[in-house]
Amino acid sequence: MSESQPLVQMKGICKWFGKVTALDGVDFSVYPSEVVGLVGDNGAGKSTLVKILAGVYPPDRGKIIIEGKEVIFKSPRDAMNRGIEVIYQDLRLAPLLSVTRNMFLGREIERGIGLLKILDMKRMKEEASRALEWVGLSFDVKNPIENLSGGERQAVAIARAMYFRPKLLLLDEPTNNLSVKETKRVLEYVQKSKEQGVSSVFITHNIEVAHMISDRIVLLAHGRNAGTFMKDETTASILAQKLTYET
Amino acid sequence: MGSVNQNTSRTKQTSQLLLGVIFRTKEVTVTLITIGVGLSFYLIEHVFFSAVNINVLLTYTPELGIPALGVTVLMIAGEFDLSVGSVFALTPLIIVALMDIGVNVWASIFLSLVFASLIGFTHGVITVKAKIPSFITTLGGLFVWGGLALIITGGLPRYFYMPQALIGAIGTQITLFVNSQLLWFVGLTFILFFVLEKSKYGNWIYATGGNKEAAISRGINTDRVKIVSFMLSSLLSGFGGLIEAARTAQALPTSGQSLPFDTIAAAVIGGTSLFGGAGTVIGTFVAEFLTRFIQNGLVIIGVQSFYFQVYLGIVIVIAVIANEYVRRRGRELRK
Repeated sequence: MSESQPLVQMKGICKWFGKVTALDGVDFSVYPSEVVGLVGDNGAGKSTLVKILAGVYPPDRGKIIIEGKEVIFKSPRDAMNRGIEVIYQDLRLAPLLSVTRNMFLGREIERGIGLLKILDMKRMKEEASRALEWVGLSFDVKNPIENLSGGERQAVAIARAMYFRPKLLLLDEPTNNLSVKETKRVLEYVQKSKEQGVSSVFITHNIEVAHMISDRIVLLAHGRNAGTFMKDETTASILAQKLTYET
Repeated sequence: MGSVNQNTSRTKQTSQLLLGVIFRTKEVTVTLITIGVGLSFYLIEHVFFSAVNINVLLTYTPELGIPALGVTVLMIAGEFDLSVGSVFALTPLIIVALMDIGVNVWASIFLSLVFASLIGFTHGVITVKAKIPSFITTLGGLFVWGGLALIITGGLPRYFYMPQALIGAIGTQITLFVNSQLLWFVGLTFILFFVLEKSKYGNWIYATGGNKEAAISRGINTDRVKIVSFMLSSLLSGFGGLIEAARTAQALPTSGQSLPFDTIAAAVIGGTSLFGGAGTVIGTFVAEFLTRFIQNGLVIIGVQSFYFQVYLGIVIVIAVIANEYVRRRGRELRK
């Protein structure tokens, strides 16, 4: 896998918030069709790293290279246009809006010309239903998000991300508030997207889950790299030891 | 036996369907209350639904309703505007002041509406950049713009003589029940309904008020959405003020003083959420007539007009409870 060109390379990323150093020269890469577990304690800098890759804020130092080209993200939109989709812990869904409207938020399908462009609700509903099929759900996409269970909402967020054919999924603590059964489903989605050639970064502080789903695990501690491990070369308990020792 | 069962189940299905339609129509509560209130006044005093009285209601409701439309959009985007009354009073006075120094009447009208939009722009920029509640920004605006109106006039009313062409466009009876300001009210309601429900901008407005972080993470410039909504609110308040001044041929520095709370009341009665992310301009349109029904009806049936506030207060609370009930029932039926 390491012979191929990385999909994403982040080199020497630094980020300060006032006097607090969040990231201090972190290197991070993801290869095509790879699932990377990004593991670290609270405050290790996992979320900051992911937010930089998602275009939420720029790094103070360091480079982001995507498919061999250096990129500068000025906004989340730039990252999305490069095929990076984020699934945040809080899912970023508007509770009172329908599944369809949430799914196409910011990327609405329209019909008509000039000033008279209107939403093509019929097509968006069809596409939203199709996107839900991918996550194995079928319900009326006119439902507002508030009608759905936690697991269903998670699935909608993943379906939305997958619909736009990303190259890379960033999942920020995706299993935190889920039941065991729902967690299993999320892991299945990650596996399924991998089979379709989509890479994932799985951010978690749950080492068991990280080891189960990832091809490679990257440890962060105090804003620095604390080791990289291939799945086959390590076990969850070794990782746990390593993490405890580092922090 | 089987067919009877089938029949009852079909009837049940139909009634479920009907209930579903009723409970999913967001404007149903306010419409029912308005009809109920209207009928009550009519039963007490038939004059309430006489052609003359309806015509009176249709004449002065638009100027107070148009600002409420802008406030509704702004509230859906998650912000308040308490300055609407001051902008309502100030805008026609800007026209007077500009004409006093020799500016052409049409240019004055145009500039006054630009100025009103700039007021909204200012409120919006301060709110989003300084990250303070719009309640505070526009409370400041209420005093500043209201104060400016008093300064310009020395606190005295000004004559507001406009060219016939303008009066014809915004303040003229066309036939019984139809006047030009009503056409504006209906037209603006329709346009804003269209924007909110059928355009992507509407989707952005609902998302900005419903979950700002979600909207930002999908690449929507929520600051811009809010600023534009503030501008709309101020522009429509100024326009309402212009209509009133043109209709009554005078511009009062103190007019529109109850507007800040009247507009929020109309929006809320019509089903708009105080927390943003939900609401309809049609609901506000109907609620505006409900408010005027109560105000006018009490006078017609000979109750002291001071009771208006008491009844309006009761209606607000009842309407919000009913809206919440309907919303929950709609949810249950859908799932």
